[in-house]
Amino acid sequence: MQQILQIITKPDNIPIVLLLVSVIFFSWFAWTKGRKNDAQEVPDEATMDDKVQVWPYLVRVEFLATIAVMAVLVLWSVFLDAPLEEPANRALTPNPSKAPWYFLGLQELLVYFDPWIAGVVLPTLIIVGLMAIPYIDINEKGNGYYTFRHRKFAILTFSFGFLILWVALIVLGTFMRGPGWNFFWPWEKWDPHYVAVLTNVDLSEMFGIPTRLPDNSINPASFMFGAVLVLGYYTIGPAYWIWKRNTDLMKKLGLVRYAIISFLLLSMGGVVIKIILRLVPTAFGINPVKYVWVTPWFNI
Amino acid sequence: MALMEKFKKSEFYKSIFRHSYQDTQRNRALQIVDNVFLHLHPVRVPRHATNIGFTWGMGGITFLLFLVLTITGVILMFYYRPTAQFAYEDMKYLMNDVPFGPLMRNMHRWAAHAMVLTVMLHMFRVFLTGSYKPPRQFNWMVGVILLVLTLLLSFSGYLLPWDQLAIWAVTVGTNMARATPLLGHEGPFGPELGMRINNDVRFVLLGGTEVGPPTLLRFYVGHCIFLPLIAAIFMAVHFWRVRKDGGISGPESRKNF
Ligand code: HEM
Repeated sequence: MQQILQIITKPDNIPIVLLLVSVIFFSWFAWTKGRKNDAQEVPDEATMDDKVQVWPYLVRVEFLATIAVMAVLVLWSVFLDAPLEEPANRALTPNPSKAPWYFLGLQELLVYFDPWIAGVVLPTLIIVGLMAIPYIDINEKGNGYYTFRHRKFAILTFSFGFLILWVALIVLGTFMRGPGWNFFWPWEKWDPHYVAVLTNVDLSEMFGIPTRLPDNSINPASFMFGAVLVLGYYTIGPAYWIWKRNTDLMKKLGLVRYAIISFLLLSMGGVVIKIILRLVPTAFGINPVKYVWVTPWFNI
Repeated sequence: MALMEKFKKSEFYKSIFRHSYQDTQRNRALQIVDNVFLHLHPVRVPRHATNIGFTWGMGGITFLLFLVLTITGVILMFYYRPTAQFAYEDMKYLMNDVPFGPLMRNMHRWAAHAMVLTVMLHMFRVFLTGSYKPPRQFNWMVGVILLVLTLLLSFSGYLLPWDQLAIWAVTVGTNMARATPLLGHEGPFGPELGMRINNDVRFVLLGGTEVGPPTLLRFYVGHCIFLPLIAAIFMAVHFWRVRKDGGISGPESRKNF
């Protein structure tokens, strides 16, 4: 317990506590507003469409918000000093070494993926995927008011990505990853000598196909096994298209939009699957999965 | 009082204040239009746009924090030299001997963290109100760029104190660049394309094979000049677009329901 208090009260971790609290509050807040609107014929926002003058009705809100924010910021800065540790020393690696808090979700992904995926491909997909949202979400409803009923799929997908894959992983990476990036429950003490008992194995090995041949080259059978799984997983997209291509929704989406959506969704799903493959076996005392697909050039 | 009245009629006063302060519709409008800062706003907005429950004020607060960061950041620059020899010493000096030094540094640090937080919440709100839908698709894209710039600004600033926290956080963060496909020396197809530790994308980022003095200078220039400038430009576009797209989003009118 002392451990968790110590981490939470580290000045640089205050933002994560704020993040957690505010995200929960705003999710609840938006949900309440959305459900209220959903129960009404006309959303609240639409009944507030009469015009008011910016001076004073908007400017005063901005003015008060500015004062409030500045007051909080000054108090925060008076009572809590920004950290300044020992001078930089390349010879002394802290354990655990952590990136700034907002990157800890990505650092946590390093547990499940090689750096080229966790550190480069996934961030790129996040940025590209975010930018694509307005162009792939062709639902005209729900523009400019809180609702759930009119855009269930969009809201559930985005909230899952933001609340679970971004925020929850940041919290996990900050509060529950100790020395050696080992997992510790909040009530456990971070033991620098802790050694994980389980060793990671490749998925093909779980099915009795060794990843490498005795001469240490990659076993073609294992290679094929992974290729079929990974590429097969991504063919769910085209397969679903072929099955549903004549529905109204698919016709409205068009092939290009559909291809982008299915690729992004499957990639997001893939992250979740890999996390499950790693965490769930561990919980049952079985060796967790390291790679699904091992190739001479990259591993997934 | 009579003197004040006289002053208000003078050429000097009138050259500064273009209208009286009497509470009339017209003066309220002029108050916005005649002010370079306030004229970012329209004169009138739909009532729900002034409702903090709708916008959560998060875009505005993000901008406020950016302004605070600019001002405190410039003050910090007077006391800070971006070299491995002086950077840490300057921080110590700032924290111990400069009047209001700790306050300036703390405000800069906490406002930076807060800005990362508020920009995420702003995005969350914009998503939940569906405000990226037509005609605001492009402004959402500008927003995503601002989000990335905010993270980069915060990350590049993290290195500057040149303490253990700084170099290791940045070491961890930039280590990923080794593994960039094609462009990193440990990334898929990187070695095949001739990437080595001393010529890949991470090397360019760090100005060396590890986080060292050249990295400090690179991050300093990026943090104090390049990134804020780019961010300011994108913010200008962002705000201009909010106006051009018809102001804060809303359900066009109740007739649509
Ligand atoms: C430095 C970062 C940013 C600043 C300073 C900023 C500022 C603002 C401000 C002041 C507004 C007016 C309404 C409000 O306060 O909510 C606004 C609206 C908007 N922002 Fe941002 N923003 C930033 C980042 C973002 C991001 C990350 C996104 C989305 C990915 C985004 C998308 C939008 C959109 C679509 C609107 C129009 C919303 C509407 O009409 O309801 N912005 N922004």
